[in-house]
Amino acid sequence: MANKFEYKDESVIVVVGSGAGGGTLANELCQRGIKVVLLEAGKRESPATFVNDEWASFGQLAWLDKRTTSGSWRVAKDFAGLPAWICKTVGGSTVHWAGASLRIQPHEFKARTTYGSIPGTNLLDWPLDYEELAPYYTQAEDKLGVTRTNDIPGLPGNNNFKVFYNGATKVGYKATTGRMAINSRPRAGRASCLQLGFCFQGCKSGAKWSSLYTEIPAAETTGNLDLRTQSHAAKIEHDASGKVTGVVYMDAEGKRQFQRARAVCVAGNSIETPRLLLMSSSGKFADGLANSSGQVGRNYQRHMTGSVYAEMPEEVHMYRGTTMAGIVSNEAVFDTSRGFAGGYELETLSLGLPFMPAFLDPGAWGKEYASALDNYRFMAGMWIVGEDMPQESNRITLHATEKDQWGLPVPNVHYDDHPNDVAMRNHAYGRGRAMYEAVGAKRVHYTPPYPSTHNLGTCRMSAKPRDGVVNKHGQAHDVKNLFISDGSQFTTGAAENPTLTIVSLAIRQADYIAEQMKRRAI
Amino acid sequence: MITGNETSSAATTPAAKFSRRDFIKASGVLMGVLSTSSAFLAFAPSRAWAMELSALSDVQGQALMAFAHTLYPHETLDDAAYALVVKALDNSAKDGATLKMLSDGIGKLDSATGGNFVNANTDARLAAAKAIEGTPFFEAVRGTTVGNLYNNPIAFAHFGYQGSAWEHGGYKHRGFDDLTWLPNPPASASPAKD
Repeated sequence: MANKFEYKDESVIVVVGSGAGGGTLANELCQRGIKVVLLEAGKRESPATFVNDEWASFGQLAWLDKRTTSGSWRVAKDFAGLPAWICKTVGGSTVHWAGASLRIQPHEFKARTTYGSIPGTNLLDWPLDYEELAPYYTQAEDKLGVTRTNDIPGLPGNNNFKVFYNGATKVGYKATTGRMAINSRPRAGRASCLQLGFCFQGCKSGAKWSSLYTEIPAAETTGNLDLRTQSHAAKIEHDASGKVTGVVYMDAEGKRQFQRARAVCVAGNSIETPRLLLMSSSGKFADGLANSSGQVGRNYQRHMTGSVYAEMPEEVHMYRGTTMAGIVSNEAVFDTSRGFAGGYELETLSLGLPFMPAFLDPGAWGKEYASALDNYRFMAGMWIVGEDMPQESNRITLHATEKDQWGLPVPNVHYDDHPNDVAMRNHAYGRGRAMYEAVGAKRVHYTPPYPSTHNLGTCRMSAKPRDGVVNKHGQAHDVKNLFISDGSQFTTGAAENPTLTIVSLAIRQADYIAEQMKRRAI
Repeated sequence: MITGNETSSAATTPAAKFSRRDFIKASGVLMGVLSTSSAFLAFAPSRAWAMELSALSDVQGQALMAFAHTLYPHETLDDAAYALVVKALDNSAKDGATLKMLSDGIGKLDSATGGNFVNANTDARLAAAKAIEGTPFFEAVRGTTVGNLYNNPIAFAHFGYQGSAWEHGGYKHRGFDDLTWLPNPPASASPAKD
């Protein structure tokens, strides 16, 4: 398809990545009359082309380009070539996400101040506080149609929720079907949830918010969007003054192209974003673009995660209905009497039968493991998502020798759990067990983390340029017309699922970019 | 994939399929009969099934089937589901290096069980499996079993998984909230569906 804007058009903003950050930012800029070239590495699917088949969908949507892993995290052993379970498709991981939409709490924006000095961590307060982001959270909740906000009713709970709710209540927790970006009623031109049970595979009813069928078509309507699919960013170029001038990318035909730009916004998720900056090193930026702090790629956070599956005394059929509409937030508090800083959420989760043997206990085999799978229909499940500690040594680097299909160095993802993460995970496993045993669980399984879906922190915001990569608007400290527009900006991970915050930051960033352009500051 | 008896003529017996396919194009063929208690029976075209192999011999196919069963033993799951694992391995064995790896691995299993893994008892099979745990052959068969044994209509019916509901309008009116052995949450926690 012919490009809408010319390669040499210096007036466009290039956005790399079309997910929660990039897709939202692109639309918000287009709505403000700004021309955007949106580069997306993946193809364009639609609810009609999504498949409700776990492995087939994984092949359709997942980012499967070569990656390597290192570190003591179990993912490096079980899924050595798949550190992250994210998407390469228009809409990015908003196609895959489960829809949980929780605000980061005020004290979590001040993690260093709240938690104090924790050895081995690189904790830092965000350079913006809750009050500053709150109006954008409000806009984002309306945009996403988050249940239990804007007078939108909650979702009806499924069988998995019934087990979760009763267990939670018995141990003194409060459970609801949560704040979810899934329509409980028709809204914004999208239908209500059909309880398909395949939230992770792309919502075929379109009830779940995804930038694929909200932000991107809205941006196209303005005439200001040039979406280029199967276009893989390879390098950001700059001029002698250090301002970026455009993006080199490999197009759908595998041809190298250069799109000029007034500014570049990178939203490739927290592995590809720092990778692109590191691949854009030059004489002027020897350690990678915008990396005078040395923090590009560092402080990789992936949330403290894990799952608890329980074999219940009677049938559950947890796969029926919304995957994650069930949330307990009682442990998402600051309470060091538990033996760790930070908090965690408990959220319902299910895997279909095809995925279950691969993830329940990766690598396990034998009679006992098979007997757990025999009880699949009796299983209830929950996911643990909590704040992991930023560590400088947890980082994305360019592999010295391994190359991808374009000949570009593959990213290596290194991660070691911090003792705080381990203590939190063990606490959460115990609480999950208590919930399920309170309603009669016969056997409880502690499932280790899946490949990361929440990738955060690798180009973090900081008040001081020496502490991070971008300022509180996501603007690079070193390069004023370069922005980071995804979860890479997060200074700390907080306990909550990150998408709502990514969207809120993108709306806020669009305001800032438009204002900077108007003032001719960029 | 499982062929059942898709033709209605003389090929209604597995033997007829065997004689035709084995010598004309297939390298091997696996055959079996669905158990009368199979949850899949209602959906299957017939009880008898046959699966042709293109790279592996039937002896090798039977060994791999037994190995997959040793790794993930589901006593009442039809052999036809395990045959699907062998079919996937057979597909990968079109690559010569993979075929050699599988052949060598089967050889190791046989020699660890007195010459015939298929005929060995459960304990002997288990010991043979443990002895090669972590080898590329072991991981190839284990991984292929994980990816295929549970990802087919036979397994879905057996384990009680209904899979895709899109074509039926979702689970909204098909039991997403039909659990009755626990009290229903109040509307404040779980509002009524629209």
